[in-house]
Amino acid sequence: MRLNHFADSLESKLVTKEFNIINNQRIRWFNIILTLLGSSVVLFIIAPLINIIIATSITDLKEAAIDHQVIQSIKLTLMAAFLATLTSALAGIPLAYLLARKKFFGRSILLAIIDLPIIIPHSAAGIALLTVIGRQSFIGRFLGKGLTGTAIGISVAMAFVSLPFLVNAARQAFEAVPEKLEKVARTLGASPSRTFFTISLPLAWRGILSGMILMWARGISEFGAVVIIAYHPMTTPVMVFQRFNDYGLSYARSVAVLLILICVSIFVILRLLNYTKGQEPTNA
Amino acid sequence: MLELHSISKNLGSFAMADISIKINNGEYFVLLGPSGVGKSVLVDIVAGLIKPDDGRIFWDNKDITLEPPEARGFAVAYQDYALFPHLTIRQNITYGLRATGCSSGKIASRLQMLTEMLNIHELLSRRPTNLSGGEQQRVALARALAIEPKLLLLDEPLSALDTNTRLRLRKELKRINKELGISVLHVTHDPEEAMTLADQICVMLDNKVQQIATPTQLFRKPSDPEVAEFLGIRNVLPVTKAEKGKCFVCDKNVYASSANASTSHIWIKPEEILLSIEPFDSSARNQFKCRVAELDHRDSLLAVHAICGKLTLIALITYTSLKKLEMEVGKDVYVTFKSSAVHCF
Repeated sequence: MRLNHFADSLESKLVTKEFNIINNQRIRWFNIILTLLGSSVVLFIIAPLINIIIATSITDLKEAAIDHQVIQSIKLTLMAAFLATLTSALAGIPLAYLLARKKFFGRSILLAIIDLPIIIPHSAAGIALLTVIGRQSFIGRFLGKGLTGTAIGISVAMAFVSLPFLVNAARQAFEAVPEKLEKVARTLGASPSRTFFTISLPLAWRGILSGMILMWARGISEFGAVVIIAYHPMTTPVMVFQRFNDYGLSYARSVAVLLILICVSIFVILRLLNYTKGQEPTNA
Repeated sequence: MLELHSISKNLGSFAMADISIKINNGEYFVLLGPSGVGKSVLVDIVAGLIKPDDGRIFWDNKDITLEPPEARGFAVAYQDYALFPHLTIRQNITYGLRATGCSSGKIASRLQMLTEMLNIHELLSRRPTNLSGGEQQRVALARALAIEPKLLLLDEPLSALDTNTRLRLRKELKRINKELGISVLHVTHDPEEAMTLADQICVMLDNKVQQIATPTQLFRKPSDPEVAEFLGIRNVLPVTKAEKGKCFVCDKNVYASSANASTSHIWIKPEEILLSIEPFDSSARNQFKCRVAELDHRDSLLAVHAICGKLTLIALITYTSLKKLEMEVGKDVYVTFKSSAVHCF
């Protein structure tokens, strides 16, 4: 009896109107189970994040924030990821446009290839990259030294693992631009390139930008591929790992919190960017 | 002058073959056909947006089949307007002029002229999204006309508009065609629209050209019953045998002043058929005793389906006549029509 009463009150708080239309007990319990299972997932994501932030004292955080090494590594991480995003955008946006507009043989294979970096273990991706930009590689021999241990090398590793986010977001953004608008522009005398720069790109820009921010954030958080290419100079994710290994949890925690806060702020900007149009944010 | 020579296109889901049409300078040419016969594809082929599989396109005897759309100088206005949503109305209209590198003086004067002609002056700094359908189509027309196109392509330009706006814009299209002397290729599924606008009508059925004629010719002599039916012509009847002034239709002799030995079909306007309860003497040569099979309500008139043996005729009467004749299904009536009211083809 009491349990039923509990179910009633829980239901009125949790269950939406549509679910209420068929009001029998079985459905009510079903909804409660759905809600509880769903809540556990959300809790699973936010609990560790909140916990680490609570567990870290302001003093520790301040200390980390003025630590020269930490500042250097954050700068390096942001810049390397930014460079990776910018250069990838230069070639990735045209590729996205091609994929969105042209039907050609092997298009679906190409789409699968672009998603490859997501499914390959990132440490393995780092090793694979070594064979291309390491000291013994063609590029390494050409330059006299490899790109390992350099900021450029870090950028390359970040670009490799985060490129799919940019290309996929940009492709979806271009697909959402009605092709008819491009056709009209052509009949009005605009060349294909002028049409691209005055119609397609401005209309897809918001989606492309959110793809770029997503790629940037993904680059910042990359550990596996980066640590293979460059242990030094140290990016922040590598530094969190090194400090945890060498000095233990409490020493690594404050840097980890800083990194989390940076990534969360980028994420919030991304969501706001999508919201300003008054739509549900798309899962770019 | 635009000429299409046996254009063919296969798009998988549908195919059209051997389309040949000719549009003279300053002509208002209407492509009329039900949806799905490839009218819009043909517009895109003429504009250069789709390559035909086969056939050639000529402008003033120059082969332009392989020219890109921006080199053709044909502007398009679509049913859904296709205005650039990120640009203001002013930027939309001047887009083509800016793309082709016109001077700012020319752009300003052209803008001035078009906004006056289409009465859209107060819209210039607004965005397309908060304009009504009629306003958007005016802007789309202004944008198309801005580049002084050699040919204006209109793909169902009035179909998304409400009746009043449609009738108003229809008049304006004709005015634009006459005032600017610009050739127009207008695609529509509406026979009435085609009738009021066209100098030449091309009827497309089953992915091919059925007939090209002036509106008057078309309605007087449709090439076959399918065309007649699509044009909304009622009372189309097959002729089994014909001679001068008379033909044999559904076991009946029908007097038709324009009939000759080659007549294969006749049609009679429903408005020209008289109904009466008693037979009466008149100069009309055709009179049959029929039975009312169906009464069909439409707008302010009533369509009466009258059957006499194999012959079915539709006549239109007013509600007043309906009461006076005490018309009802199953009642016997006499249908009467003049021999000059019988159109032969």
